[in-house]
Parts: sequence; C-alpha cells; structure tokens
Amino acid sequence: MEEEKEVEPPQQPNHHNQDLPQVLVLGSPTCLQTLKQLYSHKFRFLIPNTSLHSLSAPLSSISVVICSASFPLTASVIGLLPSLRLVVTTSAGTDHIDLNECRCRGIQIAGAGKFFSDEVADMAVGLLIDVMRKVSAADRFVRTSCESATWSFPLGYKVSGKRIGIVGLGSIGMEVAKRLECFGCNILYHSKHKKSTVPYPFYNNVLDLAATSNALVLCCALNEETRHMVNREVMLALGKEGFIVNVGRGGLIDEKQLVKCLMDGEIGGAALDVFEDEPNVPKELLSMDNVVLTPHCAAFTTECIIKLCEVVARNIEAFLSDMPLITQVNIG
Amino acid sequence: MGTISVLLVAKVLPYLEQELDKRYKLFDGIDPSQRAAVVRDHAASIRAVVASSSGGPDAALIEALPKLEIVSSFSVGVDKIDLEKCKERGVRVTNTPDVLTDEVADLTIGLILAVLRRICECDRYVRSGNWKKGDYKLTTKFSGKTVGILGLGRIGAAVAKRAEGFDCKICYYSRNEKPDSKYKYYPSVVELASNCDVLVVACPLTPETHHIINREVINALGPKGVLINIGRGKHVDEPELVSALLEGRLGGAGLDVFENEPHVPEELFGLENVVLLPHVGSATVETRTAMANLVLDNLEAHFLGKPLLTPLV
Repeated sequence: MEEEKEVEPPQQPNHHNQDLPQVLVLGSPTCLQTLKQLYSHKFRFLIPNTSLHSLSAPLSSISVVICSASFPLTASVIGLLPSLRLVVTTSAGTDHIDLNECRCRGIQIAGAGKFFSDEVADMAVGLLIDVMRKVSAADRFVRTSCESATWSFPLGYKVSGKRIGIVGLGSIGMEVAKRLECFGCNILYHSKHKKSTVPYPFYNNVLDLAATSNALVLCCALNEETRHMVNREVMLALGKEGFIVNVGRGGLIDEKQLVKCLMDGEIGGAALDVFEDEPNVPKELLSMDNVVLTPHCAAFTTECIIKLCEVVARNIEAFLSDMPLITQVNIG
Repeated sequence: MGTISVLLVAKVLPYLEQELDKRYKLFDGIDPSQRAAVVRDHAASIRAVVASSSGGPDAALIEALPKLEIVSSFSVGVDKIDLEKCKERGVRVTNTPDVLTDEVADLTIGLILAVLRRICECDRYVRSGNWKKGDYKLTTKFSGKTVGILGLGRIGAAVAKRAEGFDCKICYYSRNEKPDSKYKYYPSVVELASNCDVLVVACPLTPETHHIINREVINALGPKGVLINIGRGKHVDEPELVSALLEGRLGGAGLDVFENEPHVPEELFGLENVVLLPHVGSATVETRTAMANLVLDNLEAHFLGKPLLTPLV
C-alpha cells in the first residue's frame, strides 16, 4: 500500500545534513514535528509526499525506517527497501508490521517500549469512569440542556469496589490494575499465560472472565490469537450492566457485534480509544449516550511525545553504533 | 406510622419518595408555591422534613412548623438547612455520610482525567467527524502530578488514596493540620494552590469556606493549574473563575457544582478546558439507593424512639 498523504516535500533545514544518516519516515507519526525539531541535526528525515517512489533519495539506500502504527509495513513495502535493517515503530504495538518478513530479512525492530504505559493506563481509567458514570454524556447534557428548575439526568454505575477483568496483563495492564486497586476494585485477569508473581485471580479464557466481571479493560496486543477475542458470546456474558474499555487495538473486538449488542442493550456501554478501521467509527455509535469515543490518543500527551522521540532517536543511534537496541521487539 | 406527616422539600430518588409515601402521610412541598399552601394547611401536623442538596428548611420554614422533630437530608451536605435554628428548636438533623464517599472520590478522579486528557472534547471530536481530518492534539499527563486537597475529610482522603495510585504527590489544606497524615500540609489555601497542579475542593460549605476559592487562589493555581470542585458551588467565586478561564489565568476546571444550580455560566460552554457536570457526585444507582435507605432508617429510628444512625444535630 502506497502512502497517499499530503505532506510537504522533504525539508532540508540544515545545510550539512546530506552527510547525516538517512531515516525514512512512514505514516506521519504524531511525534514527527517534535522529532524534526529535536533531531534534525542528527538525522536526515526523508518524508515521502505521495508514494515511496516520489522520494528524492534512492530507496536502495534506506537502512532505517521510522513507522507509525497507522502505516501497514507489508512484505511488499519491505520488498521496495532492499537495504532495510532497522524499523523503529512509534507504537508499543507491532500488529501493523509483517514480522515474518522482517525475521526472514534479518530486519531488527524497535518499539516504543513501556514508555507510555502510564499515559495509556491513565486514559483507560478515565474512560472506565466516564462510561460508567456518564461523564461525557453529562457534560454534553449541561452544555445543551435548556434551563429548567432542576437537572434531571440518568444515574450512572459505581466504579469503586467493582470486579474489573483486565485482558492482557503486560505493562499497561499492570498499571491499570495498580490504579484500580486504589478504588477498591477487585482485579481479575486473562493473559496468554498465568503470571505467578501477581496476586490477582487468573482466567484462562475471556469468556469466563467476562462472566464474572462488571467491566473488561482490553490492554493486550493484537495478533492472530487475539483478533475478535471479544465476540458476541463474551459480550452477552458480560451482560446488560457490563462495560468494555478498549485501549488495545480495534481488532480485539468484533465491532459489528459490538454495535449490535449496544443497540440491543445487551451490554451496558463501551469506551473505545481504538477501532477496526480508524479513523472511521461505526455511525450507530455516534448518537449513543452509553459510549465514549476517543481518537486513538491514549498515549498522546506532550510529556510522552518528547519521551517517545528520545526513545526513537536512541534506538537509531544504538543501531548506527552497532550497539544493542534500547527497546528491541523480540520477533524470534 | 402512616399517620405521621412528613414534608418533602426537594426532589429525591423516586424510590425514596415512593417509600416515604407508603410509610408516612407525605406532603409534596418541592415547588415553593405548593410548599406555602401545604404549610398553610398542615403546619400543625408536620413532624418531619426530608431535604436534599438542592433544598432544605431555612429558619422561616422551621419556625412555621411547630411540631417539627427531625430533618432527614438525602445528601451529605446540609448547607441548605438552618442548623442553628434546628439546634435552638431541638430539631434533630440527619444526613448521608460515608455511603457516597467512594462515589464522589471516583468522580473526582474522572473529572481530573476528563479535563487533563480532554476526554469529553475527544469524544466530541470523534462524533463531529473531525478525526477524519487529522489527529486530536496532545493533552496533559495526569500520573505523577501534584494534587492539592482542600479539606482532608472522608472524601478528600478517598481522593488522595486514588490519586496515589497514579503516583501523584498529595498535599492539603485543612482547618487544622492532621498529625497522623503522611501528606504535606500547607497553612493557607493560596500556598496550597501555588504548590499543586490540580486543586480539589472537598470541604463542607460553611460561612468560613464561602468563596474560599477566590481570585488570589485562582491566580496562584495559575495558567497550567486545574481546579476541581466537587464540594459546593459557593466554595468558588464563580464570576472570578469564569474570567480567569476566559483570560487564560487558570489552566482548566472540572465542575460538578455551581453557585446557582441548575444555572451554569454560558461563557463556559465554548471552552475546551472545562468539564461541566450536573451535580452527579453521588449519582449512581447503588449509592442513591443506599442514601435513600439511610433517610428511611433514620426516620424510622426516630419515630420508634431508637438512636439515630447518622445524626448531625
């Protein structure tokens, strides 16, 4: 798939940057502006304005790529870059990269590591409170309701003390658990493997977890095993007063079934930062009061972007110095 | 007990109204003109008043009810009830502490995150179709920030406990320093505001705390500071707050209460750094039911001559 973004021609801010190591940037990562501001003296960023072939530098000279989560780094794109040795993705997730192809080609991958676990966990908790207590719906109500003698707004559901099922107890899932424990919530989890060092009850499948939880918080990676793991059966088990928060990937949920369950009142509500086909959101959700919709921004704070740029730069520098990567993704 | 006359002076959970109606002779005095008529016709028989955060008996009403024995409030805040007059007349007063502490603390964290991470704005962004044009801008991290709590009572302490889960530093101002507290104490609200990123108002409304958040405090909190009010609207000098937000002297605000509910200053509607809620601190199915039961249980205890469960006066 060729990039069709409207981007200005590659900037040449520094007169000597012809000698700087070239870094091809794919997918317009959110941190790009900051990256250019902070690191244009170290790297020559090449940004295609239409397709890859519009690049002034020869594709065969590219050994380092920075790739955003929204750019599918497929085998065919990788095939256009015969000298590619390092991919740095600006996300924690790697589901947009053909890992098999990278493994075959001996291409190393560096991710965003655990650097935005705090931010994503913060957002997950904020989304959970919002959908259960109807915060966004209430804010809309105040801004648009006509003046009357009293406010009449539907009641929400208590968060404290509830049973929260975390799907994926990696670094983000653990940060979510840590926060919700302070709300007196009972933490339960499903993960690929039981973790012997955590005190929370383990469920070896999502269905059983859903049946016993008041809310599910999805924090896991998207891969073949986890695609559509939250299906109709899981949602029915979660129930009419159950809630889903998704800060993982849209593909973790069968989105069509989610819409149907919400429309039929089979689940209490959903708070979604990710969707199957971003930035498209099922239109039925746009008028619902028991959903909260955010534009894949759980990680994106000003603090985080600076950290992310540092991680990207340090990984590239490590690679160029033949040193171990800072946040290497193990692809076997 | 069906012959005991009870006057309802504020809107409450339908379940509570139904139960009161079943157990007592309930008079609807929610509407002021209706209340005047009820008082005129039944003053001599009314032995109890049920109030809430939106309405309670003032001195005049208490004076007008010679047989009044108890005011049971469907709220924890009793600023609408003339407590002095009740004490003077020997009228008992009960409220609903503890059952809503967690709820209000949960919502406080929800408000902080909604303001700092612009959750409501993001939701608007998606619903309006703007995401198709580009990403939403960067927001502000909550974890690790300093949270200042004005009033380290039950609710304030519950907020602090939750904020600690986000690695926040906690500091507070209270009438008196709490020797057992591990949090940093500041002896004035201005100093507290100068030293925190998020200031949470969690104290009761009394004549001393009226407009405790004034221009000086707001300026001390500053252009990156966020004010969260889950106390009472009158804790904050509202016109000052509005002008500070419009002029950028205050970074943002999350407000569950206002000086003259349900009126909300319209100038706030266009701001993306505020979150406005219709006094829903305790508005969950679970808690409102528990509050209603406390009101009913307190009234029952009183009329059976048993000790009150949650008396204030």
